[in-house]
Amino acid sequence: MTIHPILAALRRHKVAVLLIMLQIALTLAIVANATFIIGQHIQRMNRPTGADEKDLIRVLQQWPAAPAGDDAAAIEQLDALQRTDLATLRSLPDVQDVAASTSIPLLGGFTTGDITLHANQQGIAVHAAYYYGDQYLRRTLGLHLAAGRDFEANEIRHGRARADSPVIIVSQPVAAALFPNGNALGQTVYQDGEPSTIVGIVERLQIPGRSDSTWGYNSVLEPLRADDAYAGYVVRARPGHEQAAMREVREALFAINPMRLMPEPWAGIHSFAEIRERAYRPDRGMVLLMSVISAILMCVTAAGIVGLTSFWVSQRTRQIGVRRALGARRIDILRHFQIENLLIAGGGSAVGALFAVGLNAWLMTHVEMARLPTPCVALGVLVMLVLGQAAVLVPARRASRVPPVVATRSV
Amino acid sequence: MLGYYLELAVRSLKRSPGLTALMMLTIAFGVAASMTMHAVVRGLSADPMPGKSSQLFMPQIDSFGPGNRFHDEPPDALNYADAMALMHQHRALRQSAIYAISPSAMPTETSRNRSPILLDGYAVYGEFFPMLEVPFHYGHGWSAQDDAARSPVAVISDRLNRQVFGGGSSVGKTIDIDNRDYRIVGIIRDWNPQPRFFDVKGGYYSVEGPDVFLSFRHSVAIHMVNAGWDGCRKGTSDPQGDFVALQNSDCVWIAYMAELNDPAAARRYRQYLDDYASDQQKAGRFRWAPNNRLRDLPAFLDVEHLVPGNIRLSQLVAIGLLLVCLVNTMGLLLAKFLRSSSEIGIRRALGASRRAIHAQFLIEAAVIGIGGGVLGSLLTVVGVLCMGQVLSLAYADHAQIDTSLLTLTLLVAVIATLLAGVYPILRASHVPPAWHLKAP
Repeated sequence: MTIHPILAALRRHKVAVLLIMLQIALTLAIVANATFIIGQHIQRMNRPTGADEKDLIRVLQQWPAAPAGDDAAAIEQLDALQRTDLATLRSLPDVQDVAASTSIPLLGGFTTGDITLHANQQGIAVHAAYYYGDQYLRRTLGLHLAAGRDFEANEIRHGRARADSPVIIVSQPVAAALFPNGNALGQTVYQDGEPSTIVGIVERLQIPGRSDSTWGYNSVLEPLRADDAYAGYVVRARPGHEQAAMREVREALFAINPMRLMPEPWAGIHSFAEIRERAYRPDRGMVLLMSVISAILMCVTAAGIVGLTSFWVSQRTRQIGVRRALGARRIDILRHFQIENLLIAGGGSAVGALFAVGLNAWLMTHVEMARLPTPCVALGVLVMLVLGQAAVLVPARRASRVPPVVATRSV
Repeated sequence: MLGYYLELAVRSLKRSPGLTALMMLTIAFGVAASMTMHAVVRGLSADPMPGKSSQLFMPQIDSFGPGNRFHDEPPDALNYADAMALMHQHRALRQSAIYAISPSAMPTETSRNRSPILLDGYAVYGEFFPMLEVPFHYGHGWSAQDDAARSPVAVISDRLNRQVFGGGSSVGKTIDIDNRDYRIVGIIRDWNPQPRFFDVKGGYYSVEGPDVFLSFRHSVAIHMVNAGWDGCRKGTSDPQGDFVALQNSDCVWIAYMAELNDPAAARRYRQYLDDYASDQQKAGRFRWAPNNRLRDLPAFLDVEHLVPGNIRLSQLVAIGLLLVCLVNTMGLLLAKFLRSSSEIGIRRALGASRRAIHAQFLIEAAVIGIGGGVLGSLLTVVGVLCMGQVLSLAYADHAQIDTSLLTLTLLVAVIATLLAGVYPILRASHVPPAWHLKAP
């Protein structure tokens, strides 16, 4: 089998061939970028939070008409409400552990700041998110303590949330960024100029946001029960008793004090599974949208190949008959169309790979988008070649079934 | 003649139903994907105040200084000191400082609600209502005297009126908000302009409108906390829940809107802002030259980029899909038209001019375009209805199906198909007349 007759045949259909190549190139460019976007979102959705997510429940509520301002009476009033809630929750039969914290990985309002090595905030500064909570927070979230210890009961302060605790627990990335030699434990660092000692290091703790920024795992636990109009608790249910615990928590809280607000969806009583679901809903939407568009694109292109090849087959029926009469086997005819398609798809894919990189560069300047990795383009090329071969099979098989006797008939 | 061409087109399309269906489906999918995303983006970038938006201006004063600018832009909201100075000097036709509040409507003996209702509201000045042409069901906004006296007055939504009082004219009644009594002066009709441009940073998209408006000066006096963005500069300590500290900070948490009804007034106001910033510089409060902006509402929303990047990206990808569909249709039309070469040859030999051939195939392409457009309109409707599965409701809700969308879909489909048909038609009309009459 030589390429020559195929090229000769293609030369007779320059425009149609160019159109198919252009279509394959555009499809490749879009599908490669869409696949990359899909991959990025899936990767983001599968990130671990560092918490033991099973049986984890989050409660977030607002006190109506909560006092504002810094006066001690207001703070004590808010703290008393919280302590009553915490003690009650701890006594529930299906609750294993409970901690005060308005933040939870993936969702929730949170504050950030810079951790520095010097009081004058010079030198290395590590951006991190603060988790305000009590001594039970690490245990309740199920974070793995890599080094050091938990907070002691007497280290827990309360009041308006401020990052000025004398002791803190940091996540591993924060420790590593500040102390590359691995001697972070026991060191003094500065939070907005205030000194604090690192007493513990947790292996991993995602920030209370779904961002995939470089500091997405830079978290700091601050031993402080935040007294605010919002009060949040993290509850760990006894294994397998999540639903029962959620019911008990709701009943117990409203029995203590019905004057509390849990406006859905951002507040309320939710399992961590629900929180994860909600946090990643936009990502799932994008995956769905990009998948649908890619699927349509590939179907359209495959259908286009089938359509155009069918046309060529019907146009060349006589020539095929002549070739068959002169001794070409069915497999030769089949191969002819398969190789022809391989050439077209190969040419289209080569152009498409360039298009894909170009489109990516354009998207990078116009919308938020990362650089397309080469394997993604290579995968796109492979998919286009396979798609072309699959699409050409139907008309090529039809062509191979043209009987030699056609050569003797006049059309 | 047109009828004859139409008959020819239909007959030709019937001869290869598979290819015809394929072309129509291709056009339909390409157009539907683009038009669905167009509907979403159109909904999100629609003018929230048609007819009025070019008279509404958002002053921006550079209170952060050169080190904290992003693309040389001043912050997009005001701090308390600047907002109060502007309100006090009162240089626009109407103006209002605005901040988001989130109090609760408390249950009382006479109210219908048995538990507190969390409210989504704003603290505003009385001029806010006429400035934004807020439609009232009963009553009206409050007066400048109420502002000055820090009166406990409230304008509530129809929804809240139903929840608390069971509906009807509740003007003059008292509502308990955060354990204080407020006199209701007005009840607004369903009002939810999108995005909620009167919030800081051009606002956001929401499914429901605000429930309550209280007087700004009253809210500040009773320390009703800011429920919106705090706008604190990166690296400064955040005053958190301490409302008095927030007022004394340089955090920009107040949205400000001024009504200026002609370009001359806007020019004067711009000059006024620069004079204000110069005075602040002279007083030593700002250590930099004035760097202010005064954009009207459409320009401001444009700068704020409220349409999420994901949606814009999806729209681009959908347009790419349409492009591929067009190339595909072009190839298929070429195949289809050239397949009827012998027919063209005969027609040409019998005296049909090139223009007649053009017209015949143009009509055939148009029939395919109309078919694809009708199918595409159906798919667009399905697509828009399914957007809720893909996007959050606050975004998906703004995609509206209306006649203009469906007309546009049909039009895009027909024009796109005709464009795709140009080359195939030219090729077809160049088939020589007699050639196909010869025996092969």
